[in-house]
Amino acid sequence: MHDVMHGVLGLYNYWIVIILMMTGFYTVIARPNLVKKIIGLFIFQTSVFILFISMAKIEGGTAPIISEGARIYSNPLPHVLILTAIVVSLATTALALALVIRIREAYGTINEDDIHVQDEEA
Amino acid sequence: MNTETTVLACIALPLLAPALITALHRWPNPRETVTLLTSTCLFLLVYSLHDEVLQGMHPTLDLAEPLPGLKISFEVEPLGMLFALLASFLWVVTSVYSIGYMRSHHEWRQTSYYSYFAVALGSVMGIAFAANLLTLFIFYELLTLSTYPLVTHAGDNAARNAGRMYLGYLLGTSVMMLSLALIWTWALTGTLDFRTGGILEGAVTPGMSGILLILFIFGIGKAAIIPFHLWLPAAMVAPTPVSALLHAVAVVKAGVFTVLKIVIYIFGVDFLAEIPATQWLMYVAAVTILIASLMALRQDNLKLRLAWSTISQLSYISLCALLVTPLGIVGGGMHIVMHAFAKITLFFCAGAIMVTTHKTQISEMGGIGRQMPWTMAAFTVGALSMIGVPPTAGFISKWYILLGAIEVQQMFAAGVIILSTLLNAAYFLPVVYAAFFRAPEGNPENENRDARGEAPLAILLAITVTATGTVVLFFFPGLPLDLASQLPGVRE
Amino acid sequence: MLSAHLPALQVVVPLVSAPVCLLLRNPRHAWAFALAVSWVTLAVAINLAVQVHASGTASYALGAWAVPWGIEYRVDMASVLMILIITTIGAIVMPYSWRSIGHEIDKKHLQLFYTCYLLFLTGLLGIVVTGDAFNLFVFLEISSLSSYVLISLGSGRRALTAALQYLVMGTIGATFILIGIGLLYMMTGTLNMADLSQRLPVNADSRTIRVAFAFVTVGVSIKLALFPLHLWLPNAYTYAPSVVSAFIAATATKTGIYILLRFFFTVFGISFSFEAMHVGEILMLLASAAILITSLVAVFQDNVKRMLAYSSIGHIGYIILGIGLATTAGVTAGMVHLFNHAIIKGSLFLAMGCIFLRLGSVELSDMHGIARQMPWTMAAFVTGGLSLIGIPLTAGFISKWYLVNAVLNVGYWPLAVLILVSSLLGLIYIWRVVETAYFQMPGYKIRKLSEAPAALLVPTWLLIGTNLYFGVNAGLVTGIAGQGAAVLIGQGVP
Repeated sequence: MHDVMHGVLGLYNYWIVIILMMTGFYTVIARPNLVKKIIGLFIFQTSVFILFISMAKIEGGTAPIISEGARIYSNPLPHVLILTAIVVSLATTALALALVIRIREAYGTINEDDIHVQDEEA
Repeated sequence: MNTETTVLACIALPLLAPALITALHRWPNPRETVTLLTSTCLFLLVYSLHDEVLQGMHPTLDLAEPLPGLKISFEVEPLGMLFALLASFLWVVTSVYSIGYMRSHHEWRQTSYYSYFAVALGSVMGIAFAANLLTLFIFYELLTLSTYPLVTHAGDNAARNAGRMYLGYLLGTSVMMLSLALIWTWALTGTLDFRTGGILEGAVTPGMSGILLILFIFGIGKAAIIPFHLWLPAAMVAPTPVSALLHAVAVVKAGVFTVLKIVIYIFGVDFLAEIPATQWLMYVAAVTILIASLMALRQDNLKLRLAWSTISQLSYISLCALLVTPLGIVGGGMHIVMHAFAKITLFFCAGAIMVTTHKTQISEMGGIGRQMPWTMAAFTVGALSMIGVPPTAGFISKWYILLGAIEVQQMFAAGVIILSTLLNAAYFLPVVYAAFFRAPEGNPENENRDARGEAPLAILLAITVTATGTVVLFFFPGLPLDLASQLPGVRE
Repeated sequence: MLSAHLPALQVVVPLVSAPVCLLLRNPRHAWAFALAVSWVTLAVAINLAVQVHASGTASYALGAWAVPWGIEYRVDMASVLMILIITTIGAIVMPYSWRSIGHEIDKKHLQLFYTCYLLFLTGLLGIVVTGDAFNLFVFLEISSLSSYVLISLGSGRRALTAALQYLVMGTIGATFILIGIGLLYMMTGTLNMADLSQRLPVNADSRTIRVAFAFVTVGVSIKLALFPLHLWLPNAYTYAPSVVSAFIAATATKTGIYILLRFFFTVFGISFSFEAMHVGEILMLLASAAILITSLVAVFQDNVKRMLAYSSIGHIGYIILGIGLATTAGVTAGMVHLFNHAIIKGSLFLAMGCIFLRLGSVELSDMHGIARQMPWTMAAFVTGGLSLIGIPLTAGFISKWYLVNAVLNVGYWPLAVLILVSSLLGLIYIWRVVETAYFQMPGYKIRKLSEAPAALLVPTWLLIGTNLYFGVNAGLVTGIAGQGAAVLIGQGVP
């Protein structure tokens, strides 16, 4: 019983990651609205950031700044990596939104199904 | 000029001629002069090599090495010499004929016609002189591709469909089977060189080599063994000189030449005799001879009848190769030459009739011998040679083939050859008979005025040369016979 | 002195040039500048290749931070092959781009186009040069983001949806790769690939590593359009500007394959990837399906660029098939085809660009009899097509030879038959174009066309010439590929 509880609660960060990831993924696949798709994509990426950040945490560790009395530090490298990844994900989202604006200008809609219908007709 | 340069020139000359032909496309006479000069030079170059080959020397040349250990290289051996001599000589004659035919037919795109013709002949030289299977395969494919524009010369729907058949069969068989057999051989033996006695013996079990043999024989679509023969009748939409030189001599002979090469230099005659599949393939060749002859009997279009006859005659040569006996190989080599002279004569005549009277069907040709006695006389010579009646060249090769079959006790093969001789007579003699002894059909007064008299001079000249050749080779078969007797498997 | 910094220069030169390009006011200057940069990167690549060939794998500590803490750039023979592919195609495509892209997009946007082009080049070269797994992800995203922009520039609104579709799938793929890299870091505490390969065998049996392997494989498979994860590719290739189609088709998916090679052979090691995870069988299965199905689909396309796109997925299948064999011969065959397919597809897309410039369409139904008006363009297409089919004396034949040989070496003869069947299908779809272009009567619209300008024809024929050269004298490519394969396979052995 204890083991199960530990598995569910002790690894709660992973559960959050998985739930976020699936939420995002589902939104990307199931929503015809392009903006919602992009929001889903963003959530999907964010879940991975949390995965990275949470693994940097070391029990009892402090911020990685050398100071008196601190023996254990959190690993700073994942933070740095994720800073980069956030920039990438921001750029992706910005570009995707820009594309959606252009699509809206060209098709008059941001609904994927409608776009598909228009493409078929053409 | 040393021999290495000569070999290179033999291949490069026809491949480079199109540049000059294209440059002169505005001036027909200089353009055709280029073709005539190139073909004559080529023949002289090839002829200059024959003495050395007869003395047992094999001039060689390495050109490039596309893959490590695999070279594009050339070696002139007796069989290749024979094939190269034949093709280059007949190219000279066909060029003369082409000029007469293409001009009186007012064909379009004559520049590209002469260009691709030259490339095709260059590929034939490459095939003839190839020192290994890779080189042979490269030029084999080049020949297919360079003759495709010639087959589809007319540019209409019929030509396009024929072109589909042509490429589909030839590239299909070579890509699916020949290239597989090639790479397999390489994977098994680590070499693709043509060597006396073959390269496969000891490297493969007889059962596996049976599969290889089947892949090779059927992979060579140009040999037109049933069921991969339909491209040849389809190719008849091409202008007649193309049918004459390429689809009676160069392309199809490249196929059976490859079969002979593979039998002699890849498998080796001794090893081939141990493979059970050889016997079965021989039966396939025999069946091809008979079926094609029967099909020829049913054709009313003269060119189609000739095409089916070619299919059957090609299988004579494949059959010879599969008899695995020295006399058979000599017979096969000889038949390449003898059949070529006779069949090109027949095609030339068919073209002459088409140009002069615009007739293509045999049923319309009654009494045509009175109008075109010279042409039809040549046709008769060709037909007799196809049947194998002395004094024509066909008799000699058939004689060797029969001797070979009897020597190894292959009575079935001998029987097939005798039966097919009867069939040959059955489909050629009626044409001759109708031409000379039947009255012209319809009212002679309604005949087109243009459609009277003999064919143009250039055409007649070519026909005379090949018909004479057919007779002369009966009396003087020395050169081809010497070359064929030099082949490994025959000498020992 | 400079030669020591070649690995860094390979990436830094186009990276620094990209913003400079943006600042240039005159589009023609931007083009000339990008042209110069692409040629400089080619020169750097050749020097680097010579250097690696002479003195072995080059390692470069970026910013002089000691490996494995700092980012390492590591160039071995496998990287050299990729660098040569990318820079060669980049250098040949650039002269072509002025007339072609100038015709297809607004003059105002030309600087932006060239900036994105340089960023794309940077990303691809970075992926190949870097020895750091996370750095690889960053470069992958640089190349992907710029390629989304490049594709969206295509004329017609479908380019936009194609770009967005690619963006969504590409981002999912990249995120998968990021997850995989994160899990690897969790288990080993390092991001340096060489270091990873040292530390992984210790933990190889843990579930985390297996999950990481799966994430990376699926993520990369999306980027390289491995069947059935290829859905983004046909639209992206079809609606992108002609130059972009040519460049992306020749390089982007190839770089994806390179990432796969790196992870399978260098990071995870051959014994883990192919023996413990059995990825070889899966790859061969998917590759066979790709080869057969996409070749069949290609036969029924009316848009020639779309046809070539499907054919690309099939040819990626060839490469993956070779890699899936996991023998030296197989990986060599895959890498040989990596190079050859790049130059074949590049030249075919360039030929289509010539037609698009004059005709404004690449639909078969619009191309009746076009060979009479544009003989050089169509001759280039036919030659490239023959190479795609694998006719002797072309580069495609060399690939086919190596691949069939590799397959026969391990006795998988049905795969050999499959490869040959798909070459026949190749013959069919190429010949549909040939028949339309040569045998149909040209309509009124076609008769007004003239041959493409030399600015387009010369680069196209340059690639065709490369094609023929490497068909006759393949020693250079097969040599580099062989050494690359040896490096990859050798590293995997513990």
